[in-house]
Amino acid sequence: MTIKNERLVKSVRFSNHRNIGSYIAAVRVFNARDVDELIFLDLDASARGIRPDLLREVTKECFMPVTLGGGVRTLEDIQTLLTSGADKVSINTGALENPELIDAGAQRYGSQCIVVSIDVGEDVAGAVTWAKEAQTRGAGEILLTSISHDGVMEGYNLSLIEAVSKAVRIPVIACGGAGLPVHCVEAVVHGASAVAAASIFQYTQTTPQMIKKALADAGIPARL
Amino acid sequence: MIAVVDYGMGNVASVRNALALLGAEAIITARAEDFERATHIILPGVGAFPDGMRELWERGLIPVLRREVLENQKPFLGICLGMQLLAEAGEEGGDTKGLGFIAGKTRKLTVAGLRLPHIGWDDVTSAPGARLFADIDSRDFYFVHSYVMEPADSAAIAATCTYGEAFAAAVQKDNIFGVQFHPEKSQKAGIAVLRNFINL
Repeated sequence: MTIKNERLVKSVRFSNHRNIGSYIAAVRVFNARDVDELIFLDLDASARGIRPDLLREVTKECFMPVTLGGGVRTLEDIQTLLTSGADKVSINTGALENPELIDAGAQRYGSQCIVVSIDVGEDVAGAVTWAKEAQTRGAGEILLTSISHDGVMEGYNLSLIEAVSKAVRIPVIACGGAGLPVHCVEAVVHGASAVAAASIFQYTQTTPQMIKKALADAGIPARL
Repeated sequence: MIAVVDYGMGNVASVRNALALLGAEAIITARAEDFERATHIILPGVGAFPDGMRELWERGLIPVLRREVLENQKPFLGICLGMQLLAEAGEEGGDTKGLGFIAGKTRKLTVAGLRLPHIGWDDVTSAPGARLFADIDSRDFYFVHSYVMEPADSAAIAATCTYGEAFAAAVQKDNIFGVQFHPEKSQKAGIAVLRNFINL
C-alpha cells in the first residue's frame, strides 16, 4: 500500500498516482482477506516527515506482520516506526544516502526488522551490487521493485528477480507487475521468496487467497 | 479484566489491539494491584531472556506473578519471550534464572545451516487436548525467534513446529500457557488462540 496526501494511491511506473480511496478501509479489507503481510509506505514522509499518528491508525487494524516505510533516514526514524507498530522497517533513499544506516539499524534492532527497498530502472547490475552490499551490512530482506513493471500488471521483471535473488541469501520480495495469479507463481519460480502486489487487488477481482491457491497448486508452500 | 505485563520488552500495542478486537477489557500495567484484580494475565515480549528477567525483577513483578499464577491459579499466557521466561533457566547470554512456572529450559534453536532467527509463517501441530487450539482450522502461525523453551516433561508440550528440529510451539500446564509464535500477528488463527485463552 502506498499513501500520498493521506489517500491510498496506486502508480503506474512510479507516476500518475491514482487515488484509490481510504487506506483504513483498504487495510480492513486486507485484514479480512487474511493477507500474510502488509507493506505500508507513506510517499509523503520524505518531504513532510514521518507521521506516527497516521501509522498507528494503520497498525491498529493489522493482525498480521507489518512493514512500514517512507522517509526513514535515521535510527530515530526506525525507532519511531517500530513504536508505531511496525514489525519491520523499509529503508530506501535513506540507505542509499547513508548505507551505514543499515548496519546501525540491524545492530540495534536485529536484521529481521530491516528491509532494504530497492527501486530498479534499467541498471540490473547496479541493483545486484547494492543488494549484496545491503545484505553484508545486515539487511534482513530485500524489497525489489521494477519501476518499468510497476502498475502495468503484465507480470514481474523475472530477469531482475533472478539476478538479485541468485546474488543474495536473504529473502527477496518481488514487487511490481502482478496482474494474474500466475505472475506471482513465475516470480517465485524465478527466485523470489515472497511476492508483493497492489494493483491486482485494487483493479481486479483477484484475492490474496486466489494467488496463494495458485502458488500451492504449483507446489510452492503457501498459507491457505 | 486482562492484565498485560508492561516491562519494557517490545511493543505490546498489538496485543492490546487484538484483545480490543475480541471485546476484552485489558490494561497494560506493571502495578501489583492490577494483577490482583485481573482474571487473566498475559506476558508478551520480544528481546533477550536476561533483559526480560531483569526488567521483571526491577519492577517488582516476580512475587505478584508467582502469587497470582501459582497460588491463585489465574490463567496465564506467555507470548514469545513471555513463553521462554516460563522456564526455570535460559541459556541466552549466560545462564539466567527464569520464572520457573514450567519445568524446563530455554535454549537456542538447533537449525543445522538454516538461518536464525526463525521468522515467518510456519506450520504448527497441536497436541490432542491443547486448549488454546480448540476449534481452530488453520495450522499457520507467525514466528520471530532464535530461542525455544524446552519443557522437561513432554506432557507440557501443547503444540510443535519444525524448523531445523521439532520444538515446542506452545506449552500448557494447568492454568499456565505459552506460545512461541505471535498470536496477535497470526491473523484469524492467532485471534482464535487469544479468544480461547480469554474464554478460559
